[in-house]
Amino acid sequence: MDSDTTATKSHPHRRPPDTPFSADSAEHAPALHSTPRLRAGWWRALLAPGFGVLLLVLWDVVAQSGLYADFIVPSPRAVADRWWDLAGDGSLTRHMAVTLREVLVGLLAGVNAAFWSGYLIAKSRLVANILMPYLVALQAVPIVAIAPLLIIWFGPGFTSKVLICALLVFFPMLVNTVLGVRNIPSELRDLMEALESTPLQTFWYLELPASMPIVIGGLKVSATLSVIGAVVAEFVSASEGLGYLINFGRGTFDTPLVIAAVFTLTVVALALYGLASWLERLLLAWQNAGRSVHN
Amino acid sequence: MSGNPSNAPILAAHHICHTYSGPSGDVVALDGVTLDLSRESFVCLVGPSGCGKSTLLRILAGLLKPSRGQATLDSHLITRAQRRIGVIFQKANLMPWRTVYGNLALPLQLIGVPANEQARRTQAMLELTGLNRFAGAYPAELSGGMAQRVAIGRALIHDPEVLLLDEPFGALDALTREQMGEELLRIWARHRKTVLMVTHSIPEAVLLADRVLVMSPRPGQVVLDLPILLPRPRTLDLLHQPEFVALTERLRHHIRPN
Ligand SMILES: Nc1ncnc2c1ncn2[C@@H]1O[C@H](COP(=O)(O)OP(=O)(O)O)[C@@H](O)[C@H]1O
Ligand SMILES: [Mg+2]
Repeated sequence: MDSDTTATKSHPHRRPPDTPFSADSAEHAPALHSTPRLRAGWWRALLAPGFGVLLLVLWDVVAQSGLYADFIVPSPRAVADRWWDLAGDGSLTRHMAVTLREVLVGLLAGVNAAFWSGYLIAKSRLVANILMPYLVALQAVPIVAIAPLLIIWFGPGFTSKVLICALLVFFPMLVNTVLGVRNIPSELRDLMEALESTPLQTFWYLELPASMPIVIGGLKVSATLSVIGAVVAEFVSASEGLGYLINFGRGTFDTPLVIAAVFTLTVVALALYGLASWLERLLLAWQNAGRSVHN
Repeated sequence: MSGNPSNAPILAAHHICHTYSGPSGDVVALDGVTLDLSRESFVCLVGPSGCGKSTLLRILAGLLKPSRGQATLDSHLITRAQRRIGVIFQKANLMPWRTVYGNLALPLQLIGVPANEQARRTQAMLELTGLNRFAGAYPAELSGGMAQRVAIGRALIHDPEVLLLDEPFGALDALTREQMGEELLRIWARHRKTVLMVTHSIPEAVLLADRVLVMSPRPGQVVLDLPILLPRPRTLDLLHQPEFVALTERLRHHIRPN
């Protein structure tokens, strides 16, 4: 080996250098080619909203055609008016708040219970052997079927709704937690052991952050399921909430009310999912490190 | 006890045997390994793949309980892993959610070193490993050599007396590997640690070590204990010197007799 290799200090790249042939070298491309590409981007951004408008127009055409009675297919305008009325007299916010409270408490309770039981199952084969058969059986039971039972036991109030919601979000969170904690590389466990870390330190410095990507994946699924849980519970028995509103609208042939409530529920579910995604971006920002830049 | 404590072995293995049991039957990985490391020595362990080198290192680190025999640190039985022994694995084994700085500081956080002391020592380690510019980078943004440098820094930062390295440069290209070997020598010369390093490169072993131990194919035993009396400091120039070549040839014959 040449002696001058010893003197050569490496200058490592922070990121691999761009290859000259990579597809993202737009600035090297002639202007003629970059203009259509820009326009194509504009089109793509308009495609999804455009499709939405098309559906809305179709809906309006069907409603105006007179093929169906108003209480079966109300026009988009009728639904919007109904929604506006509800929002105006404050009843929409009241019902939404009721459902949201059930959803949030149920989600938090279910996700918490699932995380800790998942953690114990992942850590202890004994706990796994004892609990897993029952948890799988519980998952096999349709929640809708046991909702009436829970309402008999816990009354038609807040508690039974939270329980149904928590039961529904439990399983996906549990499965993901078990996977996340079991998949931690044994080399990292060795490292922690070699540093004489306490069980609490191992949890805080290794197990929690290492399992976070998969656990948050479970949280996102659970967030959407929690809305379903609350609505199912309200269907069975309730005097307020968006699920109750839907039930009430159906009973009184107030179809615009049903559709307005469904839209509101969708917004709530999307907001929850967005919240979970935001949490993901916040906690897992490190996952974006070292990605190459495209487009 | 001898009158000169620095000559007493710090780390020792006594008749260590280890058998793994698996679905396809038992595998005898180690069959009576005895060795001792004197304080502040640099010892390399070479041997054919699968002869039990990693198993031995894990036992010495206290991460694995041997089937028979015992490992001692300062004549005390090693029953579990301890911070006095630093371990560096083949993979850099960094936490991907922590920056270079965070990975270096981890041992200090676990020990509970005060925050300002943590910052000072982490900064010093960034400088020692030449990673200053990358303090805020995540492991995914590092080259293999840089990641391994972080791993070495992390193993050194809480100042363990013994370093156990399991093919630490195995995943690196030849050029980076030589450079890292020299850096390790430089650090060792400065901090005077006791080092036991597994490597599959015979020249690397001769270049770095005071002693090279050769293990037989599985079940592993130490079949040769070769002192390397080449003067220090050593540089890559040695690679072409006749004494150096003679030593590597001798080791090569012991590992592959034909
Ligand atoms: N966890 C394990 N379970 C079963 N067998 C193992 C395990 N780890 C290593 N072995 C076996 O023990 C022998 C020695 O392995 P190892 O210590 O990794 O060798 P080396 O590091 O020298 O390549 C090999 O035959 C390997 O297949
Ligand atoms: Mg090995």
